[in-house]
Amino acid sequence: MKKVSLRDAYGETLVELGKEDERIVVLDADLSGSTKTAKFAKAFPERFFNFGIAEIDMMNAAAGLATTGKIPFVSTFAIFGTGRAWEAVRQTICYPNLNVKIVCTHGGITVGEDGATHQALEDVANMRNIPNMRVIVPADDIETRQVIRKIAYTDGPFYVRLTREKFPRIFDESYRFEVGKGHVLVEGEDVTVVANGVITSFALLTAENLEREGISVEVIHMPTVKPIDTELIVKSASKTGAVVTAEEHSIIGGLGSAVAEVLVENYPVPMERLGTPDVFGRSGKGWELLHYFGLDEKGIEEKIKKVLERKR
Amino acid sequence: MIRFEPSFFLERNRDIDEVTLRAIAREVRKDILKMTSEAQSGHPGGAMSAADIIVTLYYYKMRHNPENPKWEKRDRFVLSKGHVCPALYSVLARTGYFPLEKLHEFRKLNGDLQGHPDMHKTPGIEISTGSLGHGIGAAVGMALGLKLDKSDSRVYCMIGDGEAQEGSVWEASMAASHYNLDNLVVILDNNNLQIDGPVDDVMSIYPAVEKWKAFGWHVIEINGHDFKEIKAALDEADSVKFKPTMIVAKTVKGKGVSFMENRAEWHGKALSPDLLKEALKELGEIV
Ligand SMILES: Cc1ncc(C[n+]2csc(CCOP(=O)(O)OP(=O)(O)O)c2C)c(N)n1
Ligand SMILES: [Mg+2]
Repeated sequence: MKKVSLRDAYGETLVELGKEDERIVVLDADLSGSTKTAKFAKAFPERFFNFGIAEIDMMNAAAGLATTGKIPFVSTFAIFGTGRAWEAVRQTICYPNLNVKIVCTHGGITVGEDGATHQALEDVANMRNIPNMRVIVPADDIETRQVIRKIAYTDGPFYVRLTREKFPRIFDESYRFEVGKGHVLVEGEDVTVVANGVITSFALLTAENLEREGISVEVIHMPTVKPIDTELIVKSASKTGAVVTAEEHSIIGGLGSAVAEVLVENYPVPMERLGTPDVFGRSGKGWELLHYFGLDEKGIEEKIKKVLERKR
Repeated sequence: MIRFEPSFFLERNRDIDEVTLRAIAREVRKDILKMTSEAQSGHPGGAMSAADIIVTLYYYKMRHNPENPKWEKRDRFVLSKGHVCPALYSVLARTGYFPLEKLHEFRKLNGDLQGHPDMHKTPGIEISTGSLGHGIGAAVGMALGLKLDKSDSRVYCMIGDGEAQEGSVWEASMAASHYNLDNLVVILDNNNLQIDGPVDDVMSIYPAVEKWKAFGWHVIEINGHDFKEIKAALDEADSVKFKPTMIVAKTVKGKGVSFMENRAEWHGKALSPDLLKEALKELGEIV
């Protein structure tokens, strides 16, 4: 599978949107080269605002811009956008339910060498717990483009989590993203895997590998962590009777938690969660760290075998 | 190689001349470039601008004990702009906190030298930093704690000029002056560059000197690459009473290597093996 840059897709889509719609404005906090908002800054300097290294101020200003009818896209690294600026996002963006789009790059462990301080393993949890906020974790460039276009014209706050590393492209142009909808990528009978981000590509590999062993895996890609696709999760769980979640995020508060909440209240089945355990990350190369934490096809396979034991 | 016995560092204001400090700083700059180049990752630019000041702190000014990093009487250094830790790691290795070979572990999986300083993985690191704007607040807390203990240990902290855009830097500045922290000395590494360009283009912090004066600090302006001026400023801070001291140090990002100087692009980019050779040659290494 060809590896593609989600953040480049973001920057390019921003430029397209900027051409089409004067209301689009972009804010960054001294990371425009990395988040790729620099592409927009170059094309539309008068609609780009660099707030310097002041993420809290940037979020509040985005809220203010939204009240004047602009459509602000706000970018920085995931840990600063959802961590440092969390309370500004809660109070000034989400409480008044303003039309601000927070798109952060450098989510997850694949941040790599910068280490624990920069690896956002709790960003999805941080954003998911705020009322009015919707949370999306795309898997590749094609999906990212569609997500950015969709949220630009869906009123209210969104958080989109992108990454530093390039990820395998898993979709083609026929793919259609919808807010709040999961996608069955592989149909199966024995177990359901729900994944997002780069981990969806690993889940596809796992399904292929296990098919050879006679285990039939249903793979669901779940880009929208909130609002979660309850219907699809329940439907698949009632067919397979066992669920594994897998994500590049702490096992606390992310996709795994969201799916667990759905199952517990609607259709309890044995379930296993794959994510980083309740620890900080560390320095290393991005892909190296995925394997170090078992966030790969092997890790998913282990969880599947574990959940199948429990199913029996 | 210039080596001192660990006992050398136990008293402040050591007898060390500018020529020696400059020679040490040159070694530190080579380490910075080698470490980041080997990792093909990290932040050489701001480490080069900070090197002369960090060297002066550890070799001339601060009372510390490489053999006993937690020595009760030590002065503290907080690298609030944690991304330039290669400069600090090099100085810690060269003063004897850990072997020089450890520098090869920088940013590698299973290594102890993290991409940003980790107080539990690296001896001599006083507090973990890397997310900008937090370290100076921690330094305020250290200064408060040492005062409570009637300790005469002093706290030194370095912040970046881009970092100074964080509101928390000003909250800390307010607290330091409110609590009359004359045991706190902060150095602003004023290289006037951040990632997206010059500080005054991205988000001006100027006039910085007047701002800190208005916040109740004793402010000293120096050339951050002139060892005489660095020493004199650190000495002047010793005699300031009831106020924290801010040393606004004019520096050059990438200092020491002509093609890196004053260029934002070397903020977070490592040298290729070829450019590394060129840079080391400029720094007087026979390669
Ligand atoms: C809170 C926070 N926001 C963003 C970053 C990413 N970042 C790392 S270094 C840097 C620029 C720092 O500029 P400056 O403080 O001037 O450092 P120097 O020029 O001394 O390297 C940025 C934005 C960060 N580490 N922390
Ligand atoms: Mg700077």
